[in-house]
Amino acid sequence: MKSILKQHSRASAIATAALAIFVASPALSQDLNALIWCDHADPALLQPFEEANGVKVNVKEFEGTGAGLALVEQSQPGDWDVMVIDSIDVSRGVEKGLFEPLPEDQLPFADLFPEVKMDSSTVVDGKRYGITEKFGYNTIGFNNTKVDVADMQSMASLTDPKYKGRIAIYDYYLPVIGMAAMSLGKKTADLTDADLPAISDVLMKMKANAKLVGEVTASQTALATGEVDILVGGGEWVTAGLAKENPALDFSIPKEGAVLWSQALAMFKDSKNKDLALKFIQYILSPEGQARLATSSCYWGMPANSKAALTDEQKKTLRFDEQPAFLARAQAYPAPSAELDKKMQDIWTGMLQAQ
Amino acid sequence: MNESPPGRLLPWALVTPALLWTLVFFVLPFIAMAALSFLEHGGGQATFDNYRQFLDNPSYWRAMVNSLEVTLTVTAISVLLAYPFAWILAEVVPQRLQRLALVLAILPFWTSYVVRSYSWLLVLAQNGVVNRALVGSGLVDAPLQLANTRAATIIGFVHFFVMLLTLTIFANLKQLSPSYRRAAADLGAGPLRTFLHVILPLTLPGIMVGAFLTFVLAIGDYITPQILGGNNELLMPQLIMMQIGRRGDFPLASALAIILMLVVTLAYLLCARWLKIERA
Repeated sequence: MKSILKQHSRASAIATAALAIFVASPALSQDLNALIWCDHADPALLQPFEEANGVKVNVKEFEGTGAGLALVEQSQPGDWDVMVIDSIDVSRGVEKGLFEPLPEDQLPFADLFPEVKMDSSTVVDGKRYGITEKFGYNTIGFNNTKVDVADMQSMASLTDPKYKGRIAIYDYYLPVIGMAAMSLGKKTADLTDADLPAISDVLMKMKANAKLVGEVTASQTALATGEVDILVGGGEWVTAGLAKENPALDFSIPKEGAVLWSQALAMFKDSKNKDLALKFIQYILSPEGQARLATSSCYWGMPANSKAALTDEQKKTLRFDEQPAFLARAQAYPAPSAELDKKMQDIWTGMLQAQ
Repeated sequence: MNESPPGRLLPWALVTPALLWTLVFFVLPFIAMAALSFLEHGGGQATFDNYRQFLDNPSYWRAMVNSLEVTLTVTAISVLLAYPFAWILAEVVPQRLQRLALVLAILPFWTSYVVRSYSWLLVLAQNGVVNRALVGSGLVDAPLQLANTRAATIIGFVHFFVMLLTLTIFANLKQLSPSYRRAAADLGAGPLRTFLHVILPLTLPGIMVGAFLTFVLAIGDYITPQILGGNNELLMPQLIMMQIGRRGDFPLASALAIILMLVVTLAYLLCARWLKIERA
């Protein structure tokens, strides 16, 4: 009996040690560890890079900058090499001392749509820490067989009783608050505490018309299945990927404009594979990488690089040729201070709780 | 006779792994979370502000009220449905078929929780089975809004928890000796009186255990209200998650989680007192 116990405890000790080694082992040095959004998890995007460089890209998906930064804080320095982040939040990572300046001369900045470079948030103290890779609009997504398309040219329709119960609201407070502000003629970049009561009124009116407030999948599903006819905050990221199955799904940039979303890539200061990380960023920003990222299976969006190798059909679906006009009418995400951000989230919470 | 020291140590040695597990994966994280709840977001200064926000902000209060309303409704409906179901399984279904019946009863447990919730969303949707049946049969003129409502959240929860409660009540019913019923009959009690005065009180522990588990699991659940409720109102788990998503406000999220835990603890104390299972 004793010998059996001894044998078992030895086996357990070996198993425990093996498990500890397995858990504690860092990824192979030639692995690239990337904190990403779901669009970067598409094998069609990653495989060409992995095969060309003989490396493995390990990805960890997250949603929301706060959750992403928390993942970094819970990791060891050097665990991660690159991160996808809202362009407007690059400076938050820089403030925490996380990111490495990017070599502008080795990246295709000249080919980017000028409006999406977002220097105000990606450049800190003269150094660039993030490069925009993909963008699009939080605007009005709709089913053009179910609504009066002319109505979709004005945000006033979103609070019109005509569409009561036929609207879904995308559950992310910054862009929808941006849209509410624009409907009041305010600029998203200039929002202050004083603007919040009026914005809250607009949100309440939208809620009164809404059937649901949903995150990406829920709102996309609601529009695609006909549960609702309009998605506040929708855009090409909802409609383009479904264009083949449901060509009636469309989006407008109303007369008041739209909110421009953009996501950027940043490199970690403590990365142990900075050369490989830079190669990855170069690949994603290359015409081929941009086309694959733009049409990722998770969601489509406009490539930041105007020379992205998209097919004519893909360009048509993304309304590529209309971008100069769209960008001229778009305003960036609100980029509030931490204090204003909290207040914005609170009025959003109030809207969600309103009956 | 006194036990030898090794004999006294053996029970401790046996429970040490469980104690260590609880210490490392529950007590320490809980202490860390409690400590975090008293810190300022981003600043690291000590503060009561996170708890004060809960008291001051009606939307936060509302989340707790919503959670309690939904959870108590789910618990009540689940008990009312599970009891007759367990009774039928224990008393009506022949002994040889009971195992099969139990397996069939818990089949829905075998599918992913998320998949089950999305399935309900499709069933309750405007063009879903329920609305098609209602409109097709002429009971209603136009589809009802069933998905993305509190009712949808409650349906999703009840579907899950009826099974859990059925199992706890069934186990309780099976443990009851037939002598109780025979004795009641000998004393002149009819079936209804026997049920109300003998069977029901004796199966109350099973009901309370199941009801408490239902309450605890439902009040902390994020998935079902998020998928089926359509965010038309917030429950506590959703409010907690909201603090983390973009702003990463872990101190406020921790404070809200502690408050939720206090409510669960209170529910436990109420159940424990009522069942008189606490030590004197």
